Amino acid sequence: MAVITVERKPLTLAERTYLPQIVGGLMTTFRHLVAKKTTLEYPEQRPAIPAGYRGVPTLVRDPNGREKCVSCQLCEFVCPPKAIRITPGEVPADQTDRAHVEKGPQAFDIDMLRCIYCGLCQEVCPEEAIFLQNQFSMSGYTRAEMVNHKDKLYELGGTLPDQHYKWDKKLEAEKHGNAH
Amino acid sequence: MIAPPKPDLVTVNIDGKEIAVPKGTNVIEAARLVNVDVPHYCYHPKLSIVGNCRMCLIEMGMPAVDPATKAPIMDPATGKQKINWIPRPQIGCGTNVSPGLHVKTTSPMVKDAREGVMEFLLINHPLDCPICDQAGECKLQEQSTGYGRGYSRFVEQKNVKPKRTQLGPRVTLDDERCILCSRCIRFSKEIAKDDVLGFVDRGSYSTLTCFPGKQLANNYSLNTVDICPVGALTSTDFRFKMRVWFLKQTNSIDTETSVGANTVVWSREGQIYRITPRRNDDVNDTWMPDSGRELFKALKAPDRLTSAETVDALVARAAEVFKQGPVAVVGSGRSSVEEQFLTKKLAAALKATTALVSRVGQGDKLLVSADKNPNVRGALVTGLIAALPSQKLTDLAASIDAGKVKVVVSVGEDLAAAGLTAAQLAKVAIVYLGTHANATSAAAKVVLPTLSVFEKNGTFVNQQFRLQKFAQAVPGPQGATNDLIVLAKLAAAAGATVASDLGSVWKLLAAEIPNLAPITYANLPETGLLLDATPFAALPFVEGETLHFKPAVAGAAVAAKA
Ligand code: SF4
Ligand code: SF4
Ligand code: SF4
Ligand code: FES
Repeated sequence: MAVITVERKPLTLAERTYLPQIVGGLMTTFRHLVAKKTTLEYPEQRPAIPAGYRGVPTLVRDPNGREKCVSCQLCEFVCPPKAIRITPGEVPADQTDRAHVEKGPQAFDIDMLRCIYCGLCQEVCPEEAIFLQNQFSMSGYTRAEMVNHKDKLYELGGTLPDQHYKWDKKLEAEKHGNAH
Repeated sequence: MIAPPKPDLVTVNIDGKEIAVPKGTNVIEAARLVNVDVPHYCYHPKLSIVGNCRMCLIEMGMPAVDPATKAPIMDPATGKQKINWIPRPQIGCGTNVSPGLHVKTTSPMVKDAREGVMEFLLINHPLDCPICDQAGECKLQEQSTGYGRGYSRFVEQKNVKPKRTQLGPRVTLDDERCILCSRCIRFSKEIAKDDVLGFVDRGSYSTLTCFPGKQLANNYSLNTVDICPVGALTSTDFRFKMRVWFLKQTNSIDTETSVGANTVVWSREGQIYRITPRRNDDVNDTWMPDSGRELFKALKAPDRLTSAETVDALVARAAEVFKQGPVAVVGSGRSSVEEQFLTKKLAAALKATTALVSRVGQGDKLLVSADKNPNVRGALVTGLIAALPSQKLTDLAASIDAGKVKVVVSVGEDLAAAGLTAAQLAKVAIVYLGTHANATSAAAKVVLPTLSVFEKNGTFVNQQFRLQKFAQAVPGPQGATNDLIVLAKLAAAAGATVASDLGSVWKLLAAEIPNLAPITYANLPETGLLLDATPFAALPFVEGETLHFKPAVAGAAVAAKA
């Protein structure tokens, strides 16, 4: 194997005193002392979340406070780490504003130890009922605590605006009946 | 050219592929033979043809002949006979093959026709897929993906029709989803012979409904749910329980009667959600009775037997019981062939008499036969019994009264129901193998919990002497053991060594029973195998006529006498 001899250059006077390097380093230090802070006092201070952030998946209600999920189980199917588990059920007939939707989740669990925050559930949902919102920190002392049940998911999700009111339109058409 | 076909075969050309098919085949079935899919809704192989959905449109043509001389007209460009294509599409379901028929299923005309039909079917469709139980096995979904245009041009208001109608105790109807194919109507009329469904109103307001004062309540009503190509008819029991794409399918057999209808068990994570029929043209076509679809509910019943003791401890206790005196073994017509064979081995080791309990009920001439045991013929084939069983164990009762029997081993049979009195049960020590609690298990000295048909592998011999296999769909509960293992361990305790796994049991069966010689569990076809029935031809079986089954003369004579 060929050997390449590299010539070691002698240090200049400035380099041998180290002074320019020390001054340069201190200048950086002093610049940061007076510059605007870039760190946060977490958890007292919270960062601003950019639009489109994928935090903890949550279930949302429509502006009238009604459940949107119809337990179609598409999110359960698509979820790559199988974090979602749904028990579908029938909407009770006494919920007059929702009975015509027929189907809704009896139980809805998302295991946050499994979830990889991919957002596929949000993407696949035909009812725009599941959203990865701004919540990013989940903690707990046991594995069971890390499973978000339906109540918790709705508490985290809150209400989001609805562009379609699909089921209201359906109810209207049902009341209106046919033209003939 | 292919070789001249046999007289009853007709050569047709489908998308350029020549195939010889039996006369009377329609274009959909002929195309299936060359792996060409002709989409369809209303056509069903076991129902009459109505041709009302128009989804199966194809382009067809016949070889041209000179009208005067009948001489073939040749196409100079190709050197072959010219084809006269019909200028408008034809329905594939209603077109039977004829010699030289040419069919195109991919031409622009066919593509346009399919897109048009799909568009019309979807204009009033509610697009309910997120809440529709058919999603995942819906022909409308599949064919709009495969052949639809992909977007809607319909801006008008859709029709409103009744949703959530209860047609009967087990069937729910959503009229908005119905595409008016009339399969359910034809099934009720032609197969179930219970003509209760029909259409009312006209045009796009046509609505499926039950005739006034009628209900879709016959024991075959759930077959309409199976054949409904869309989600209009759904099972009330399965409604909103689980998405079908999560369910594992396992081939099984309906154990209700000796018909042995072929079934599919749908389960997820050890829980069964539904049972549907599996096509077997020699047994049940594509149907099954509703009553057979509920059998899985017994698995989780509160009276299910389990034991905290290990099976070895239980067998050791049973071995103690065997020492108390002469033993009688009551086998079961509900056990599999393999279990009956091991029951026979156990009885031989115990030098015991064997008996079976017969269950006779009403047959319905379709898929419920009079014999409510699925496997009496298995007991005959394996030699567990030599004559047909009776409904009451009178011989056994007499032996108990005479003190000739001190121990009874019952394989899942309730001896009290089979005519033994409580006093007689108290006189003997009982070893009971079974799945559910009853008077006999309560009186038994040792109870060995075993598995149900959904929790194990095995075979049954149906009324046609057709050997059919079923497979394990879900694991058994903790504290219950496979019947074969229990029987083999009991036999071992009685001094005989027999294998307890299915493969080895089949080796023994093939060696000892000539009728089963070339068969193994693995090579048995899913549609079953007919066994030689001649050794049993003289026996007066109880079954009457059902679908694909005519009783042999001896049985008919008995039925006539009764
Ligand atoms: S974000 Fe991804 S991993 Fe998490 S629940 Fe949704 S689909 Fe599953
Ligand atoms: S959240 Fe959306 S995708 Fe998931 S079950 Fe509910 S409706 Fe379906
Ligand atoms: S209910 Fe189903 S099977 Fe009956 S006509 Fe409508 S689409 Fe056809
Ligand atoms: S399948 Fe041919 S018209 Fe319906």
